[in-house]
Amino acid sequence: MEMFNRFEVFQMDVLKEVGNIGAGNAATALSQLLNRPIDMGVPKVQMLPFEEVAEKVGGDERIVVTVFLRVEGEAPGNLFFMMTPEAAKMLLNRLAGFDLREGLAFTDMEQSALSEIGNILAGSYLSSLADFTKLSMYPTVPGLAIDMAGAILSYGLLQFGEMGDAALLIDTSFFEGEDQVEGQFFLIPDPPSFAKIFESLGVPLSHD
Amino acid sequence: MIEDKSVVKVGMADLNIAHLPGVIRTTGLGSCVGLTMYDPHLKLAGMAHVMLPSSEIAREGKLNTAKYADTALPELLEKMIKLGASHSRIVSKMAGGSQMFAFAGAGDTMRIGPRNADSCREWLQKLNIPLLAEDTGGNYGRTIEMDCETGLLTIRSVQMGVKEL
Repeated sequence: MEMFNRFEVFQMDVLKEVGNIGAGNAATALSQLLNRPIDMGVPKVQMLPFEEVAEKVGGDERIVVTVFLRVEGEAPGNLFFMMTPEAAKMLLNRLAGFDLREGLAFTDMEQSALSEIGNILAGSYLSSLADFTKLSMYPTVPGLAIDMAGAILSYGLLQFGEMGDAALLIDTSFFEGEDQVEGQFFLIPDPPSFAKIFESLGVPLSHD
Repeated sequence: MIEDKSVVKVGMADLNIAHLPGVIRTTGLGSCVGLTMYDPHLKLAGMAHVMLPSSEIAREGKLNTAKYADTALPELLEKMIKLGASHSRIVSKMAGGSQMFAFAGAGDTMRIGPRNADSCREWLQKLNIPLLAEDTGGNYGRTIEMDCETGLLTIRSVQMGVKEL
């Protein structure tokens, strides 16, 4: 894990830009789907101990709706698109005219629609990233889960698990004012991917 | 409820032990396995939150033994014995090891849950500790809690409600 402790400020800035570009394009895609403006938060790049990762979305047991895509290609990693169940229902209502219902139950049709929305947004996140870095990155078929944040996010930590007890997250949130359709993207590149991303963007590695 | 009992929390890739009158818990188990060891005579409960099946793949400098099934189980057993537990009395229960996301043609990483559970079973056998009950597999997350008084393992999940082992 030592290499990550030695990330310089400007390298963190590069990773923030990675989050910015990816989520920015995803937010644009969502904005077009909804036909209304979407705001985006400033990306956060943090090295977090495992037990703190789920705190980013309100705790281990907080229930979230998540579309997960494993990223393959030259810079593999894990991409999560997370929403609260309320936000997911709102999104379904706005985008596809599903009735707004209380509770955690999602019909098969709603789940399939959420998967597809996640797929579109994650796809635009990744393709802009691939353009920016000139690295090939392609998503696997999306998986949808409505479950505890800790249980879901732990999937993104496995590759880091072999190296230490912390993971580097690129975290970007976006929101649409009135209806509070908000969501969060987490990109967790596999540890070896950082060098590739830096190299492709012409950023020197600190241990050169 | 449990308000009057002290709660020992076990984080991800962590292990710990709780004494009477306490409970020990770990939250948000996905592919990870929550493995407990219990000495009913001493009412001592140990728990490990195992993240990966084997330390052979470890590339970290200083090994976190609580993270891997093959190192966490012997370590937990040793800690229990140090606190007075008798090897012959210790029994085990476990939960977790789910496969949250199922993909066609998924590689080993996606099957990590079942592999974690397999490795835990294998090591319990090697350490000669009986596995009394387990709630593993499925595609959902779990939070588990063991009461030192009874040795009962309570499993909560979003989809399946509450279950006791």
